[in-house]
Amino acid sequence: MAIYGTAILAACLLAGVATGTLLGKALGLDTDVGGVGLAMLLLVLVTDRLRRAGRLGPESQSGISYWSALYIPIVVAMAASQNVRGALSGGMVALVAGSGCVVICLALVGVLSRPGRGKDGTGSGTDG
Amino acid sequence: MVDAALGVLTRYHLLTALALVGLLAGVAHPLAGRLLRGRVHWSALAIVAGLGLALCGGWRTGGKQGLADLPVFAGLALLGGPMLRDLAIVATAFGVRLEELKGGGLIGGVSLLLGLTVSFAFGGAVAYAWGYRDAASITTIGAGAATYIVGPVTGTAVGADSEVIALAVAAGLVKAILVMVATPWVARWIGLDNPRSAMIFGGLMGTNSGVMAGLAATDPRLVPYGAMTATFYTGLGCLLGPSVYFGIIRWVIG
Repeated sequence: MAIYGTAILAACLLAGVATGTLLGKALGLDTDVGGVGLAMLLLVLVTDRLRRAGRLGPESQSGISYWSALYIPIVVAMAASQNVRGALSGGMVALVAGSGCVVICLALVGVLSRPGRGKDGTGSGTDG
Repeated sequence: MVDAALGVLTRYHLLTALALVGLLAGVAHPLAGRLLRGRVHWSALAIVAGLGLALCGGWRTGGKQGLADLPVFAGLALLGGPMLRDLAIVATAFGVRLEELKGGGLIGGVSLLLGLTVSFAFGGAVAYAWGYRDAASITTIGAGAATYIVGPVTGTAVGADSEVIALAVAAGLVKAILVMVATPWVARWIGLDNPRSAMIFGGLMGTNSGVMAGLAATDPRLVPYGAMTATFYTGLGCLLGPSVYFGIIRWVIG
């Protein structure tokens, strides 16, 4: 059943965020540290195990892949609920600090990712 | 008549949001395919349209949630909010190979630290250039250049003025929005086309919303890898901002 997949997905996210929040607390912070990352690792491990055991049928998988397919629409909704006015009304300091940082970091992505190029040839320019 | 229709749209706000996003996709998809011949991913167009609508919403209401501040479109804040957004991000990891995530561990950590340091250093330098001379303000604006969450968290911890904290939030928003818009255009130049570089990208940029939207518009298959490192950025920034970076900046200012 599709709900099995969605329930596994939801449980992984809850477990990840709970662990991330506890990790944050342990570090004296009020935020979640890496919860989504931990949840992703957990999902990969759990679904891999279940698939090998033959206990994750195509219907259960559809309960996960539906949410994966909704990713871009959700990001569009997120864009439409951003505080764009706040970003533009911050004045020059905010504009220069924010945009300069993006330019430098984008350039650094190029520098850091070059040496390993060609090693793992997954993905090309084509859009899925 | 209109009131009744608006009433229904407001009451079922999540469905209104789904329909609106579907409509945006329905316009953006053929536009990207036919007019732009696939040079731009349709989600890039839809995201820019969403940002434009958010600006209109902000002007209309003066609120902080873009178009979602209009009651009819309140569902956008739920659909695009942290809960469902994180659920969808985690779902994208379904089918990812564990080896690929493991392989990027070290470089991911390096890019996280480098990304945070560059943000604090550059944001702090801009603050200094604009005449801020106290370590608390400089650190806070530097933290804002990291993300719009690290900014206020750090600012509150080091006791910065609320006006400076507002600036830090604005700097973080500028960064997030620019990453969303710019990433698909520069992806080819910076080699952003494989899992490893996506993990580096996530660590260097850090801003969750920016990274996720930027990668979605570049190549949706890269999303889980970028999200994997970016998810540690804000937490690490909140940890190092008020402690390590504040200490260094205070020492540099003298």
